[in-house]
Amino acid sequence: MSSDITASDSHHAHDEHHDHGPPAGLSRWIFTTNHKDIGTLYLLFALLMLMVGGALAMGIRLELFEPGLQFVNPDFFNQLTTMHALIMVFGAIMPAFVGFANWQVPLMVGAPDMALPRMNNWSFWILPFAFTLLGSTFFMEGGAPAAGWTMYPPLVLQGAGNVPFMIFAIHLLGMSSIMGAINIIVTIVNMRAPGMTLLKMPLFVWTWFITAFLLVAAMPVFAGAVTMLLTDRFFDTTFFSAAGGGDPVLYQHVFWFFGHPEVYIMILPAFGIVSEIIPTFSRKPLFGYESMVYASASIAFLSFIVWAHHMFTVGMPLAAELFFMYSTMLIAVPTGVKVFNWVATMWRGSMTFETPMLFALGFVILFTIGGFSGLMLAITPADFQYHDTYFVVAHFHYVLVTGALFGILAGAYYWLPKWTGHMYDESLGKWHFWVSTISVNVLFFPQHFLGLAGMPRRIPDYAVQFADWNMVSSIGGFVFGLAQVLFCYIVWKTIRGGEQATDQVWEGAHGLEWTLSSPPPYHTFVEAPEVR
Amino acid sequence: MLSNFKRGVAAAVVGLATTLLTSNAMAAWDELNLPKGVTPISREVYDLHMLMLWICVIIGIVVFGAMFISMVLHRKAAGHKPAHFHHSTVAEIAWTIIPFAILVGFAIPATKTLLFMEDTSEADITIKVTGYQWLWKYEYVEDGVSFYSSLAQSSREGIYGDPWAVENYLLEVDNPVVLPVGKKVRLLLTADDVIHAWWVPALGQKKDAIPGFVNEIWTIIEEPGTYRGQCAELCGKDHGFMPIVVEAKSDDEYKQWVAAYKAEQKTQLAAAPVASQ
Repeated sequence: MSSDITASDSHHAHDEHHDHGPPAGLSRWIFTTNHKDIGTLYLLFALLMLMVGGALAMGIRLELFEPGLQFVNPDFFNQLTTMHALIMVFGAIMPAFVGFANWQVPLMVGAPDMALPRMNNWSFWILPFAFTLLGSTFFMEGGAPAAGWTMYPPLVLQGAGNVPFMIFAIHLLGMSSIMGAINIIVTIVNMRAPGMTLLKMPLFVWTWFITAFLLVAAMPVFAGAVTMLLTDRFFDTTFFSAAGGGDPVLYQHVFWFFGHPEVYIMILPAFGIVSEIIPTFSRKPLFGYESMVYASASIAFLSFIVWAHHMFTVGMPLAAELFFMYSTMLIAVPTGVKVFNWVATMWRGSMTFETPMLFALGFVILFTIGGFSGLMLAITPADFQYHDTYFVVAHFHYVLVTGALFGILAGAYYWLPKWTGHMYDESLGKWHFWVSTISVNVLFFPQHFLGLAGMPRRIPDYAVQFADWNMVSSIGGFVFGLAQVLFCYIVWKTIRGGEQATDQVWEGAHGLEWTLSSPPPYHTFVEAPEVR
Repeated sequence: MLSNFKRGVAAAVVGLATTLLTSNAMAAWDELNLPKGVTPISREVYDLHMLMLWICVIIGIVVFGAMFISMVLHRKAAGHKPAHFHHSTVAEIAWTIIPFAILVGFAIPATKTLLFMEDTSEADITIKVTGYQWLWKYEYVEDGVSFYSSLAQSSREGIYGDPWAVENYLLEVDNPVVLPVGKKVRLLLTADDVIHAWWVPALGQKKDAIPGFVNEIWTIIEEPGTYRGQCAELCGKDHGFMPIVVEAKSDDEYKQWVAAYKAEQKTQLAAAPVASQ
């Protein structure tokens, strides 16, 4: 080990003589251990996966535009819904947030890089490989997985060649997430600049700190669940087969024990991003900083004891149904506390409405609507009517699209000037926001009505009384999809050029990253900054 | 020219109006909301749903109202200078305790309804329901009636044809489940292959049908009529094509139907003794 220390000492001595930037060419991106480069790789990969997952969604909404089957057969439709979800959850949302963590956590705590830079590189490069494995299933005999992203047995075990590919892809994704989470925890615990106590860290760092613990706890459980699927399919175990003494519902318990923390993994970083943006554009400090930290931690803890609300119709004992109803309702309390704190931050501030602020405010309003439908779903006897209908689809798309995705878009606009040194085109950004916001509501709000009127989910065709709202929803979907193509253009345009950004970029911005130039040097905080 | 902010508001209003004022939005509340249904369970569930919905609407109006007021008044462009306050223990306690109290207010009626739903004792008739890929089988335990129920031929023809020309498209079967009005019916649910779920919205009940296990639900249908539902758990390619049709008849008509059905089954057995084995 001592030889490694010596090597890095001489490397730093070498640096002081040459102010070298990154190496040129493709090998820069393949071999980089720099948190900024790795953050960029994650973000661009996530953007690509967003477009792929979005294209699958366009296929879904195209078939659902009118009753009858016009474009795809029912089995392919199930492949579309399954892969849309897997790609969006594991390819778009999660890697995007990891990209933000990579860029921002070292900058925000005053660290020179992540604690384990080489493991950081590997965490990223697993992803394209895993998604190639998963995507290749579309082209094999039997097609892509079609049992839903939740992969319930026995149905999923009826799958053909795609089953092992899907399971191995998930194992790889889990490894990537766990390694990334370890990196984030160690960086935050060990590498904060002197003076940056835990309760002085920006809230974005706190929410990622908590998210990282959720990842480490939950991903291995997911790996266990899918491994049991693998052995049931290929090695004659009967974990999920009643005939062999097992139980299909066991899978659901194990899956959702992972699955519920997973959805909080997908929203907590967005809470963090919004908690950075609203104070900046209100020119007022975040209201209730400590309360926000405790609320985030409470949400994380509670997320482990609510899982069976995804399974209210399996036939659990009454005591279990009551317990999970109460615990699920309880999680609304800390979430509500966060919403109230954001509103109190805005209140009597001095607000301007640049694009990051528009997306952040849109997040607060629309995520809260998703929270309302979530509260309704928590009520077990009512859930018997909502479960497996479009009411659930509406709920989770509100919290994931107008929630997590809007959080990502807000953060992208907020930090793009810092990362690239160029201001994005504010007029185009506002177009993106307004077209997205209107179309996303046209897309998902009517799905509440469809679910209440009786339309089940995961069906390629429907009774004619559902036709009108399905058509409205599809139109919203097509417009929303186009709006995200506009976002890709905005990002490309900003990377290539634009008005030079200042160090602080935004008048109300505070924090270590805004003390650096835009873009920051390739290596930052080689000397720890002073934090008062 | 309108400021960006006012343009945005105008766009939102236009968008919202367009969504709400499509002919169907104003047409029927039925197309927007959960049905009241025809059983004691469905009516209690509807009431719970409406309670939740109204409270959420009120909370939404308060929270979003505060946000909109702030967005209008507390703007730099309007000359508003930022205040500096950033914490209040009283506020944090208040907006923790009050929501908690509201939740307790929901939990009490919800618990009552769940307890009511779980009591399957003292049923008048019992029916065993088995889910298959992609149809249902019904076996009337006491009355000895048994049949399969799958998507009607008229619907099958509409899938790649004209759905609008088919009556009850995708919600019609060859053999509906006939049940007596006013009697407590216990349904035992299981499956033969993968997990399915039996759901009729008008009855207010949904439960998974799991291979190798038996789930129980009960219902008392208070009004005669035809009630339609669908499988509610992804079960493969024809998950969307295995509906449920319940015909609720008066007790006398139900008994007549049972008698007629059994008579027909006897005739069929007598006519084809070899085929029955």
